[in-house]
Amino acid sequence: MTRPPLTELEGCGAGGNEQDAGRPALLLVYLLLGIAFGVVLTGSEVVSWFRIQEMFRFQSFRMYGIIGSAIATAAVSLALIRRTGLKTVSGESISIPAIPLGSGIRYAAGGALFGLGWALTGACPGPLFALIGNGASVMIAAVVSALAGTWVYGWLRPLLPH
Amino acid sequence: MTIWFSWEWPWYVAGPLIGLFVPALLIAGNKVFGISSNLRHLCSAIAPGGVEFFRYDWRKAGLWNLVFLAGVLIGGFLAFRAGAVHDIAISAETRVALTKLGIHDFSGVAPHQLFSWRALLTLRGFVSVVVGGFLVGFGTAYAAGCTSGHAISGLANFELPSLIAVIGFFAGGLAATYFILPFLLGGV
Repeated sequence: MTRPPLTELEGCGAGGNEQDAGRPALLLVYLLLGIAFGVVLTGSEVVSWFRIQEMFRFQSFRMYGIIGSAIATAAVSLALIRRTGLKTVSGESISIPAIPLGSGIRYAAGGALFGLGWALTGACPGPLFALIGNGASVMIAAVVSALAGTWVYGWLRPLLPH
Repeated sequence: MTIWFSWEWPWYVAGPLIGLFVPALLIAGNKVFGISSNLRHLCSAIAPGGVEFFRYDWRKAGLWNLVFLAGVLIGGFLAFRAGAVHDIAISAETRVALTKLGIHDFSGVAPHQLFSWRALLTLRGFVSVVVGGFLVGFGTAYAAGCTSGHAISGLANFELPSLIAVIGFFAGGLAATYFILPFLLGGV
């Protein structure tokens, strides 16, 4: 697995090849994977404020088990992809861009701010959207507010330490 | 389909299923699993303003992820229709702790006292939904990732920035749980 230099785009979900936006068949695959993810988030109760409270109060192993086994599964998958030199369905070699460390401040400060929001809303970005699907229409307000938060970050970005 | 949701999914089923989205997206099209960059793509699509951070081709960079996100919403709806939403069987200790804070309705996935359109007009509802949502958007953009991008994709790839971010997630979450929530719910 190679690590090409970062493009101007950064952050999770930003990496990889960006040539296939116009391939409808592949977009259908992403849609189906998204649907599966929404079902899994809901079925596993990760979308629940109560479960997040239980986690932050260290009163159940459940969320730690879920996150830990998700990381382990992903790590083993990445090792297998590296070892076998597996390609994408269109035959490209698979690569994950490295995340630049910089001073590290953005990860600590941004992470802590997101953590506050995670505990208050009881939802990280995926569950926010899954919850709207679950009929919790008030989460539309949380999403609009999250968009405002991202926008304000973009606006203040030149002033913030990274 | 109701049968799939009539009991609690064990963690060792739910976790690996979530982890499999990392290789699935890589194999489908070399995509890195991560939800929060969609917030940036949506800003770029809806209201880029003159802000440099939003001036890029969001279709090229993020259409796949926005389609994935639309799927998450649909998946939540399908699971809801299939009967996934029931009361959450949280631990007795958590129930006691939350009852002490004034939460008395444990039905559904989140307390109705905080998460309803009517509660939005109260301080505790506004802080939970609007302030919390703002912090999710600001924090994930600043940290360049959320639970999926840093905690799962990043840690699985042994990224130091992701480890720092995840420690930050927990520091913030613990602060909100032990300092903000008791203050906020004190007046329930």
